[in-house]
Amino acid sequence: MAKMPLQFSLNGRDTAIFVNGGENMLETLRRGVGDMSPKYGCAQGTCGSCTVIVDGQPQLSCLTLSQTMEGRSVETVSGLSDGPQLHALQQAFMDGFAAQCGYCTGGMLMAAKALLMNNPNPSRDDVVEAISGNVCRCTGYEPIIDAILDAATKMRGRAM
Amino acid sequence: MIGFETYPNVDQAAAALRDDGVYFGGGTLIMRALNYGEQDFSRIVRTTDPALKQVEAAGDRVRIGADVTMREVIASSDLSFLTPVARSVGGPAVRNVATVGGNLFAEHPYGDFTVALLALDGRVSVAGGGEHDLSDFISSRTTFNGVVTSVSVARPGGQDFRYHKVSRVKPKGVSVMSIAAWLPRATGRISNARLAFGAMGETPLRALPVEQALEGTSLDASGIESALQAVIGAFNPPDDPLASGWYRKEVAPVHLRRLLLGEGEK
Ligand SMILES: Cc1cc2nc3c(=O)[nH]c(=O)nc-3n(C[C@H](O)[C@H](O)[C@H](O)COP(=O)(O)OP(=O)(O)OC[C@H]3O[C@@H](n4cnc5c(N)ncnc54)[C@H](O)[C@@H]3O)c2cc1C
Repeated sequence: MAKMPLQFSLNGRDTAIFVNGGENMLETLRRGVGDMSPKYGCAQGTCGSCTVIVDGQPQLSCLTLSQTMEGRSVETVSGLSDGPQLHALQQAFMDGFAAQCGYCTGGMLMAAKALLMNNPNPSRDDVVEAISGNVCRCTGYEPIIDAILDAATKMRGRAM
Repeated sequence: MIGFETYPNVDQAAAALRDDGVYFGGGTLIMRALNYGEQDFSRIVRTTDPALKQVEAAGDRVRIGADVTMREVIASSDLSFLTPVARSVGGPAVRNVATVGGNLFAEHPYGDFTVALLALDGRVSVAGGGEHDLSDFISSRTTFNGVVTSVSVARPGGQDFRYHKVSRVKPKGVSVMSIAAWLPRATGRISNARLAFGAMGETPLRALPVEQALEGTSLDASGIESALQAVIGAFNPPDDPLASGWYRKEVAPVHLRRLLLGEGEK
């Protein structure tokens, strides 16, 4: 069976690629497009390290059939910073030591970004809920939660 | 290589399944199987039929399209009684795609949403026509080779519907068990209760002995005593890495009591 064409927007850029039938979006992004920012963890949706944002909502790229992404808007960590200028979430993670080994960090950032896009003023419980599908084995989660709340405050400040 | 076919109409999708096709809801379970090379299909079939995305309230029932996602359940004002149930399924990224239809087929210990549908007198509609009692449908789901179009449930009054999911990981985890209860009351006494349990058998199951024990009782410590006794022998749960069947049976009365008395989890 021939490969199938797929067109979607990746971090705001039109992207066209050929994919295998049954291929997941994590593979398409990493091997096909060369965007290594979504991490390969468990390939069964339990770790969250491959989280991307699709049309404004968090989605596990390992459980996303690439062919269903036709015409959709996909955001990855690669699109977070503006050149050398880190995104408020990235800066808050750095300032608050919210990353240790860093493997979960990309997924955490995307889960957090999706939260703040939909709810700019989240409670601590909202943040816990938003990252409840993302596993971190280093930090104990508290610095991550604090960093997301810190970024939310700064982003609200900037918006005013 | 796996084929991928999209049909505008659900009947076309159902006809296209044949022997080697699988219907694609949100894909959370199908993709897991594919990623691990454990699929038993060679074609993925889906539909863009808008009927499968509809939520329609009519009289004392509401019909939920099979392709409605857990996130869409949470967003629907007609389904507010199911919000806590949908919120208990996976994390936000799973809920964003996981469908009501797919939940009917999710293997043990999954199927939390189906537990609630069972308690609420769920009825399943399938492509090509026909409505089935949800209990009957689930008991023969492994041989079903069609497309579910919707599930209709009763709309419970005020405080009549309760749901409780027990998991080891907070705030989200896989079910040690989930319990849903529809407890209509007539002059303060329970009348025609329906209860269902998840992760207490190979599929979500109704708790018929518990329902019978609750008939005509009041929701207080002495009123529910015989229901707590009845649940002990009601199920034969399997062992899995989360809990043994023995443990599940032992703690079932504790969690049922919390649900019925509204004690919440300590
Ligand atoms: C990380 C993670 C956490 C999870 N947590 C939970 C949880 O807490 N509780 C829980 O209940 N589940 C959980 N699940 C399991 C699963 O996500 C849900 O059960 C979900 O509702 C399945 O729906 P889906 O649309 O993704 O199914 P799919 O993967 O699309 O399909 C699953 C099966 O159902 C069939 N199917 C789907 N729709 C139809 C239809 N309309 N007609 C006929 N057949 C159909 C498919 O052919 C397939 O056989 C979890 C999964 C993951 C990956």
